[in-house]
Amino acid sequence: MSFFSNFFNKKNTAPVAKDRLQILLAHERSSQTSNSDLLQKLQKEIMEVIQKHIAIDQEKIHVKVDRGNDFSTLEIDIEVPQQNKTNN
Amino acid sequence: MAKVIVVTSGKGGVGKTTSTAAIGAALAQTGQNVVVIDFDVGLRNLDLVMGAERRVVFDFVNVIQGEAALSQALIKDKRVETLYILAASQTRDKDALTEEGVGKVIAELREKFDWIICDSPAGIEKGAKMAMHFADEAIIITNPEVSSVRDSDRIIGILDSTTDKAQKGEKIPKHLLITRYAASRASRGDMLNTDDILEILSIPLIGIVPESEDVLKASNLGSPITLSAPNSPAARAYSEAVKRLQGEKIEVTVPTDKKGFFDWLIGRNK
Repeated sequence: MSFFSNFFNKKNTAPVAKDRLQILLAHERSSQTSNSDLLQKLQKEIMEVIQKHIAIDQEKIHVKVDRGNDFSTLEIDIEVPQQNKTNN
Repeated sequence: MAKVIVVTSGKGGVGKTTSTAAIGAALAQTGQNVVVIDFDVGLRNLDLVMGAERRVVFDFVNVIQGEAALSQALIKDKRVETLYILAASQTRDKDALTEEGVGKVIAELREKFDWIICDSPAGIEKGAKMAMHFADEAIIITNPEVSSVRDSDRIIGILDSTTDKAQKGEKIPKHLLITRYAASRASRGDMLNTDDILEILSIPLIGIVPESEDVLKASNLGSPITLSAPNSPAARAYSEAVKRLQGEKIEVTVPTDKKGFFDWLIGRNK
């Protein structure tokens, strides 16, 4: 029975469902729990370190994580004001 | 020692209330003292599925707010001696469930009962969070369907991070109960099968309840299926799940669509 149904109707939908779910959930699990915390922590600590040395606006720091299959990248973008104008 | 079990799923309509009723009744039939609690404040239905809708005088929220004693709000089942129901309020909103209030009621119930089965509302808001908060173990109801599996995954994450046990650094044991399983569709490859779901969610399986009209008939009658049709395949699946919940080691059988010759002869559907 399953032989014939596979033969005539090649495309089963369950494997598609499984693949879609696995990809989606891998993404959701990583972004949901630990990593959003990690991002916030990173941003906070990086801020503190930088503020030790430069008076800087919190909004001038951008932290971004890009998740890839093999590796992820952490991107930190800081707008540093020109020292002589701001500090002195 | 009393065990608090939350029956949850994230998604609505997958069979949380039906399963709570069936599991609660099956547990009580083994002689254990069981209470089933409806956490769906504003949209209560456990009372209806259990056939106790006309006997609700006081509810869970009345007890939390000190308007009634717990003993006044507990409704004794008319079929099974050791089974009780605590209904949700139909008129209040879900904010009526405070952590302190729910904690007090659960603590009091722990002294009187062996099993406290919490029927969670759908979603991940206050009612659902409160239903799972004091749970010792969780039963996650999942349909073999993408949106249900995704929501179950989300609920598993929340169980592991926000419950009382999780906050104390303890693991909350989780059991997967697959409901509305249609064997013929799974074997045709048009429905996620048990292995697919287990691989994705990776929590232990406690049972597979086949899609069956007996389940609808039971709720029409206001009787848990384990009482009204104990020999139906769905009720047997629930009864076996209950044995596993009590620690018995029984292999889970995946429902098949194979019909016996006799079934075929009289055109009976599984």
